[in-house]
Amino acid sequence: MTQQVLVIAEQVEGVFRKVTFEVLSAGRRLAGQLGGSVQAVVLGSGIEGLAAELGQYGAEKILVADDPALADFTTEAYTNALAGLVGQIQPAVILLGATTQGKDLGARLSARLNAALATDAVGLGVDAGQVVATRPMYGGKVLADVVLTGMPAIVSVRPNTQAIEAAAGAGAVEKAALTLGDLRSKVVGKQFESGKVDLTEADAVVTGGRGMGGADYSAVEALAGVLGAAVGASRSAVDEGWRPASDQVGQTGKTVSPNLYVACGVSGAIQHLAGMSSSKVIVAINKDPEAPIIAKADYAIVGDLFEVLPALTEEIKKIKG
Amino acid sequence: MEILVLVKQVPATESMIAIAGDGVSIKTDGIKFVMNPYDELAVEEALKIREAQGGTVTILSVGPAKAAEAIRTGLAMGADKGILIDPGDLTIDGLGTAKLLAAAIKPLSYDLIVAGHRAVDDDNFQVATALAELLAIPNISMVIKQELADGKIRCLCTVEGGTKEVEAPLPVLIAAQRGLNDPRYASLPGIMKAKKKPLETKTPADLGLAAADLQPLVKVKALKAPAERKGGRLIEGDSVQAKAAQLARLLREEAKVI
Ligand SMILES: Cc1cc2nc3c(=O)[nH]c(=O)nc-3n(C[C@H](O)[C@H](O)[C@H](O)COP(=O)(O)OP(=O)(O)OC[C@H]3O[C@@H](n4cnc5c(N)ncnc54)[C@H](O)[C@@H]3O)c2cc1C
Ligand SMILES: Nc1ncnc2c1ncn2[C@@H]1O[C@H](COP(=O)(O)O)[C@@H](O)[C@H]1O
Repeated sequence: MTQQVLVIAEQVEGVFRKVTFEVLSAGRRLAGQLGGSVQAVVLGSGIEGLAAELGQYGAEKILVADDPALADFTTEAYTNALAGLVGQIQPAVILLGATTQGKDLGARLSARLNAALATDAVGLGVDAGQVVATRPMYGGKVLADVVLTGMPAIVSVRPNTQAIEAAAGAGAVEKAALTLGDLRSKVVGKQFESGKVDLTEADAVVTGGRGMGGADYSAVEALAGVLGAAVGASRSAVDEGWRPASDQVGQTGKTVSPNLYVACGVSGAIQHLAGMSSSKVIVAINKDPEAPIIAKADYAIVGDLFEVLPALTEEIKKIKG
Repeated sequence: MEILVLVKQVPATESMIAIAGDGVSIKTDGIKFVMNPYDELAVEEALKIREAQGGTVTILSVGPAKAAEAIRTGLAMGADKGILIDPGDLTIDGLGTAKLLAAAIKPLSYDLIVAGHRAVDDDNFQVATALAELLAIPNISMVIKQELADGKIRCLCTVEGGTKEVEAPLPVLIAAQRGLNDPRYASLPGIMKAKKKPLETKTPADLGLAAADLQPLVKVKALKAPAERKGGRLIEGDSVQAKAAQLARLLREEAKVI
């Protein structure tokens, strides 16, 4: 039985997402436990120049699936492309980032290959020859160790949970032969906010809740600016129409695990905590000393956020020089 | 327009979740079960489409007899009929759920399937997309807006850092993300009417599936409580400036995050 780990690299507009390097590094560690090696595959159009970068993180072989039909991700086209490659490589494990596209792709592949799938894993290991993934359930209120049976086992890995390790031995780059079949869905438009740090990948997140009192988020944005942070919102702030739904952190929003999470004017309802309690360091700024978020925070300032935020922004600016 | 909606019954999001004695499941006593919040969006969107174009809305759910409550909620919102697939004693994983749904849907005629993008209990992000694959139809996820015309659907979907528009011919499966709509509440007359609407129950055997076909590939070995966060430090100081300076210093020197 081969013990290949196949990592699906994710690039957007010609740039790899950071999670790709996290997954590759985790893949190498897993391959070590399985006694196998790591191959990577990157899909897109006109992306040959990108491939070599994956060798820096231990991919022994890098497959390039280059086709105009793969320029934009659709579940259908990417599943068709990968199913063919998986048939040739026969990997024991397929790893990918638990991004919007990674979750969708993992699900469709699991059905195509009749394979076990663990979505959004925060930990990965091998027990008695079987892959065991640790994944949050009930919005992170519980962690489950799940055993994946059969081959391949598919695991999508939550961004910001795996250490990136560079590894020498740049792999051979190979062009993959593709059969894409009939494609029915297509991407007909896209809009990106330039320079916006995405919540799920950000190293720091500053969230404004109902305590913001309105749609003016400039105090939160200024702090986020000095921290290089993404801006989040509680559901109440979204329901008020102050922020878009895509900014919502929580059990029915995004789950984030940044190094630093700053909650401003957020009470800390159980649904909100579900989305951010795996952050490494939590700071709460709230005028109510009894707010539940205070009890969950590593550091808390009790005070009016409109006074605290500008002061904190100044002090961090000073420290960062 | 024949529309199918996938609905799962899940613990209400405000529930405290405790691990049961077996170590692999949760304690369910005292927990309030509701329709998965994303599936409310799916039902609402289906009803809107039916209101605009005519047709029927059928709700499908895989779950125990109790899950019929979630179907009734959908019927009370305005859906026409429901199908409950009760797997009995079998333990079913995400792919198994998709297989049951696929078997129930194959004999039906449909133009559109609407699902939620995740169920907030298992958080698998799998069942809807896997079902589309088993039915060999396209799927579009994270949908916040849709437009149907000329036998096609065009959806606006959220992606990291922006949105994209995806188009596919019918039949197609779409999965709802928050922002798609504001789900209606079931009205009192709606609840009364729902009691008389057709709700069938099927077993795996009725669908031609045996236990071996539904063998879970993913098994929970152990559930663990996440590390409890201890309340940390309340920053004291004479002024806002002093507190802010103290916090900035701690974030750099102690927490080492800036
Ligand atoms: C099905 C369902 C799903 C849900 N999913 C989510 C989810 O994904 N994410 C989510 O966040 N919520 C979710 N919720 C809602 C959740 O229950 C809470 O209602 C919500 O998180 C509260 O938001 P908040 O903390 O911003 O507002 P509040 O609870 O109103 O808290 C506002 C806080 O701001 C403080 N404050 C006010 N003014 C100031 C000031 N000037 N300076 C400093 N502090 C100030 C107050 O002391 C208070 O603590 C969900 C609810 C349901 C029913
Ligand atoms: N047991 C189920 N019965 C019916 N639909 C389901 C079931 N489980 C999941 N779904 C549908 O699939 C979506 C994604 O669920 P999941 O893959 O469990 O995160 C949900 O929002 C539902 O629309």
